[in-house]
Amino acid sequence: MDDCVGESDKAMIDCEGVTKRFTLHNQGGTVIEVLSRADVQVAPGECVALTGASGAGKSTLIRMIHGNYLVEEGRITVGGVQVSGADARTVLRLRRETLGYVSQFLRVVPRVPAIDIVAEPLLTAGWHADAARAHAAGLLTRLNVPERLWGLGPSTFSGGEQQRVNIARGFARNYPALLLDEPTASLDATNRDVVLSLIREAKARGAAILGIFHDENARSQVCDRVVDVSAFRPVAT
Amino acid sequence: MTAALEQPLLQVRGVTKHYGARLGCGDVSFDLWPGEVMGIVGESGSGKSTLLSCLAGHLPPDAGEVRFDVDGSLRDTLQLTEPERRRLHRTDWAFVHQHARDGLRMGVSAGGNVGERLMAIGARNYGEIRSQAADWLNRVEIAAERMDDRPTAFSGGMQQRLQIARNLVTGPRLVFMDEPTGGLDVSVQARLLDLLRGLVREMGLSAIIVTHDLAVVRLLADRLMVMKDGRVVEQGLTDQVLDDPQHGYTQLLVSSVLQV
Repeated sequence: MDDCVGESDKAMIDCEGVTKRFTLHNQGGTVIEVLSRADVQVAPGECVALTGASGAGKSTLIRMIHGNYLVEEGRITVGGVQVSGADARTVLRLRRETLGYVSQFLRVVPRVPAIDIVAEPLLTAGWHADAARAHAAGLLTRLNVPERLWGLGPSTFSGGEQQRVNIARGFARNYPALLLDEPTASLDATNRDVVLSLIREAKARGAAILGIFHDENARSQVCDRVVDVSAFRPVAT
Repeated sequence: MTAALEQPLLQVRGVTKHYGARLGCGDVSFDLWPGEVMGIVGESGSGKSTLLSCLAGHLPPDAGEVRFDVDGSLRDTLQLTEPERRRLHRTDWAFVHQHARDGLRMGVSAGGNVGERLMAIGARNYGEIRSQAADWLNRVEIAAERMDDRPTAFSGGMQQRLQIARNLVTGPRLVFMDEPTGGLDVSVQARLLDLLRGLVREMGLSAIIVTHDLAVVRLLADRLMVMKDGRVVEQGLTDQVLDDPQHGYTQLLVSSVLQV
């Protein structure tokens, strides 16, 4: 496995007192407070689900851990590396080496073949092109993406096919920490089961996983714990 | 990672340029690390092109330093001797212009355009120059049989790919790009973006890309700098600046993009 931090008793993903508010400068400086003093820890080999009503801040927390949203207050570390307040270079290295992310939507250069989208994280990690493509082909096969689609750009694919390309990309590398934003949404039962096995395998090799799963059945199959983010609702002022 | 990677490739400090009383760009500072791609966005007149010209040595700034890693030590490129400067521009640096005709010699064949840059750094063996040129035309997807055609006979997208081949053939470490996909058809833009991404990754290139197109920086740049009225108003990780912009001007830019 890639360079995991040695201390096994420490959380791989650690959020402490994390607060997020958005200030809308062009709308009269309106401040929207989303999360207040959120605490979430995920240990290696553990899968934790974030729950709470729509708008409660589940995706916001995931995005802060990924470095996509800035952290206003509090501290986030992944694999011992501090994400909150980190410079771009630190976050980029963390994403390259430690932290994987399966988003809800696929955002890629138009018309790039699906197989190359899946192989890209491997190429970035220095894999040989043939090995990267072979590994990508294996994942696409497992996720039942028909081979005739591999050479095509995914913009014309169905929602479910796009999501499976996205999942294949997210699972291409064995990251020690993984963020999943609705990985089983828009998938049929067969493919949902494939995704759940990928999650189980990641856990078995010691990955810490934090995810949003609307599908209760999926959640109960792979998650060890649930954290309700409603507990971190900001106090109305 | 080796110790050599622990030093920025380019270190910019307090770069300022005035046009008379008007500010072109003011007090710009940043570090660019090996393998990083930085985007600079802003509207017309924001100073992004002035900044790029100052960084690339096309325009002398009024104040500031542009330090580049020369043989392991950071040297102020504004203080280099003329031969040192020329060497830098022919080997380690490259500049991709928005209009390919500004970066190409239109009266010289495609192969000649690529070969010329090799000859400028001392290549003399005709066969080797020609085979390297052919290899590069292939990498930017220009068919071998077009090698002896002049760029005037090429489409806009092909000209731009030829300009990229001409610039990258010497294996530069830093590439400056001024609106590299500007003026191209949307279908051609996507292909060029994919090509640039692949080359940046394979060659471990660092690049500074000036554009007004937020979609282009999202797909190409690791980091983003937002300029307004000659000043940097915000900088950070590209997706963070675009998805969680902190400055009012960036919020306005991001929210003004038309959704397809």
